[in-house]
Amino acid sequence: MSLHTISVLVEDRPGVLTRVAGLFSARGFNIDSLAVGPTDTEGLSRMTIVVQVESKPLEQITKQLNKLINVIKILEHDAGTAVERELMLVKVRADEDSRPRIMEIAQVFRVNVVDVTHATLTVEATGKPEKLQALLQLLGDFGVVELSRTGRIALARGERGIRERGLKPVKAAGADASPGWDGGGV
Amino acid sequence: MKVTGAQALFRSLEGEGVDTIFGIPGGAILPAYDPLLDSSVRHVLTRHEQGAGHAAEGYAWATGKVGVCMATSGPGGCNLVTALADAKMDSVPIVAITGQVPTPVVGNDAFQEADITGITMPVTKHNFLVTDPGQVAETIREAFHIASTGRPGPVLVDIPKDVLVNETTWKWPERLALPGYKPTTKGNQRQVVEAVKMILRAERPVLYVGGGVIKAEAWKELHELATTGRLPVVTTLMARGAFPDSHELCLGMPGMHGNYTAVTAMQKADLLVALGSRFDDRVTGKLDAFAPDAQVIHVDIDPAEIGKNRKADVPIVGDCRDVIGKLSAELAKRQEEAGGPPDRSAWLGQLDRWRETYPYRYDQPSDGPLKPQYCIERLYEAAGGEDTIVVAGVGQHQMWASQFWRFETPRSWINSGGLGTMGFAVPAALGAKAGRPDKRVVAIDGDGCFQMTCQELATSTTEGIPFVTAVINNAYLGMVRQWQELFYSERYSQVHLTYDTPDYVKLAEAYGAVGLRVEHPAEVDAAIEKAMSIEDRSVVIDFRVDSGEMCFPMVPAGASNDDIIVGPEALRPVNDPAEAPIA
Repeated sequence: MSLHTISVLVEDRPGVLTRVAGLFSARGFNIDSLAVGPTDTEGLSRMTIVVQVESKPLEQITKQLNKLINVIKILEHDAGTAVERELMLVKVRADEDSRPRIMEIAQVFRVNVVDVTHATLTVEATGKPEKLQALLQLLGDFGVVELSRTGRIALARGERGIRERGLKPVKAAGADASPGWDGGGV
Repeated sequence: MKVTGAQALFRSLEGEGVDTIFGIPGGAILPAYDPLLDSSVRHVLTRHEQGAGHAAEGYAWATGKVGVCMATSGPGGCNLVTALADAKMDSVPIVAITGQVPTPVVGNDAFQEADITGITMPVTKHNFLVTDPGQVAETIREAFHIASTGRPGPVLVDIPKDVLVNETTWKWPERLALPGYKPTTKGNQRQVVEAVKMILRAERPVLYVGGGVIKAEAWKELHELATTGRLPVVTTLMARGAFPDSHELCLGMPGMHGNYTAVTAMQKADLLVALGSRFDDRVTGKLDAFAPDAQVIHVDIDPAEIGKNRKADVPIVGDCRDVIGKLSAELAKRQEEAGGPPDRSAWLGQLDRWRETYPYRYDQPSDGPLKPQYCIERLYEAAGGEDTIVVAGVGQHQMWASQFWRFETPRSWINSGGLGTMGFAVPAALGAKAGRPDKRVVAIDGDGCFQMTCQELATSTTEGIPFVTAVINNAYLGMVRQWQELFYSERYSQVHLTYDTPDYVKLAEAYGAVGLRVEHPAEVDAAIEKAMSIEDRSVVIDFRVDSGEMCFPMVPAGASNDDIIVGPEALRPVNDPAEAPIA
């Protein structure tokens, strides 16, 4: 089993998240993290999904995802080929003794302290998942009060990007002509 | 021009060429039933929404067109779920239209509210919730487009009551905004060439034909490919009739209850050419032991099917008609250069010997008990032919129907394959007859199945859509009984239904149909003859058959296809040294 990061370009419509999430659960796969946000094209959203599977079931997942009508395009990021980042907010227990030590750690990791109380510190950290993991391990020693993570987002390295292609309308199958309706009846 | 959402709905259905829909009205869908009165669309009033769903499926199977069913919100939509799941599994193009509670109360647990798009998401190809009357026409067009193209399937359109009532300006969209939907229909020519080279090299090839060939209407191309290459054909349960059973290259049905030759041919093959088939577990048996020596060419319009269960050596994504046509043309060209197809007489000879040694068989003692296979064979003798459509439910009777009927033409066989929906036959027969009134429709049903949906006989009578139902009445849930006999030490648990409750003859009569009873082999032909002579009413024949008769051959679930059990006397693996694999 290994972690895979998939970027999915979808139509921004009600229910799309349910369709995507439902597909994973229906086939018995756990989503490690999922981040959704708008893109630079109106009406399109981008999902970044991290999932732990073997490569064969992963291929089946991406094929099934591709079959969803609202899914426009899928890109699977091979290890090392993408820039991956995550944002984390963590509230840590901090008394007078520990506060300077936590500040020091924050400095080393180049992350920000965004809230301070008599008993806690809140740290905002961005970075690669490994960095956040290392930071969290250190802060854990002081006692984590609350933690919120965005889940991973990713962009492929290099010049090219996944773009919506062929967003032009398609011709309908079946009857071409407008129904011959004379205004009576219906 | 101003129209209501409901008027737009029927104009759209007319625009899509719909002639018949199946449904039941109710609160939320009420506004749609008024413009129906002025529409050219015929509405068949079924007695249960599940019946409407299966009828739409039967219509689609029989005609190749999109079947349509309609129901109200809440329980109406929920009752369609089984039919939608069935259509999803068997890739049947249907469009279901459901009423929904008015948009202001959606989500408020209103009377007869159910989140039907949420409920049906996993069992439809796609579904829609329409929130504006101006979207009705566009959504219906999209629904028909999605249902009928690519890999066909069910699409549900949920329309809240206020959207049906409110007005909009009529506009018929010519183009659809479906940016994420682009099925690949044209097969890659380079892959076709690779496949043909593989076919020419093969010594023991088998064409493994599935329902996709019928969906793509590729039977002419298939015939061309098989005869050009002298390639033997197996037709799966979903593909019966795609290639004529009478053809010398036809080996019939493979799978759990397929015949020895079809099953073993695939096991011993060195090349399987899968055409619109999906390596279903009922066909492959134990997957690891399936066709161990075979390379695989896999043709399917759904890329997700390729490599799902069995690795494809040459995958070709595309519509079966296009790809099989290309395969056949390329094969013909290369064979002409080579002076004819490769000599595979050893393989074809082996297949013939298997066919002679292991036909389907049963024994009908002249003094009874009545055997189900005999009833089906006599039915075939009386009604078989291209003017008859056979519809089956699910279970032993379904397997016997597929085994003992001889299918010569596509769309002459309708059944529930993937989902295995008991109760499918009667409503599907209704839908088939509604779609093809020129054909005779014969439902072969089990007594268990029949009782699940027989209320549609009332629809048959009142709507004048007659068909014959042969109830293979063995007083049991027969297939379950068979498994309990074989695998649970004959500990029969909850499978006995009784022969006479209900009284099927009286039940038929109560529904306005003709009821006939057959208890003895000598009565079979007369009853069938009488049934076939009645054309203005439905007929139910109660064939009271031997409860203990089991369906063979059989590959026990989870076993290898090598361990096929050919008959009751051979309830052990067949390991005949004379049948050693040929070189």
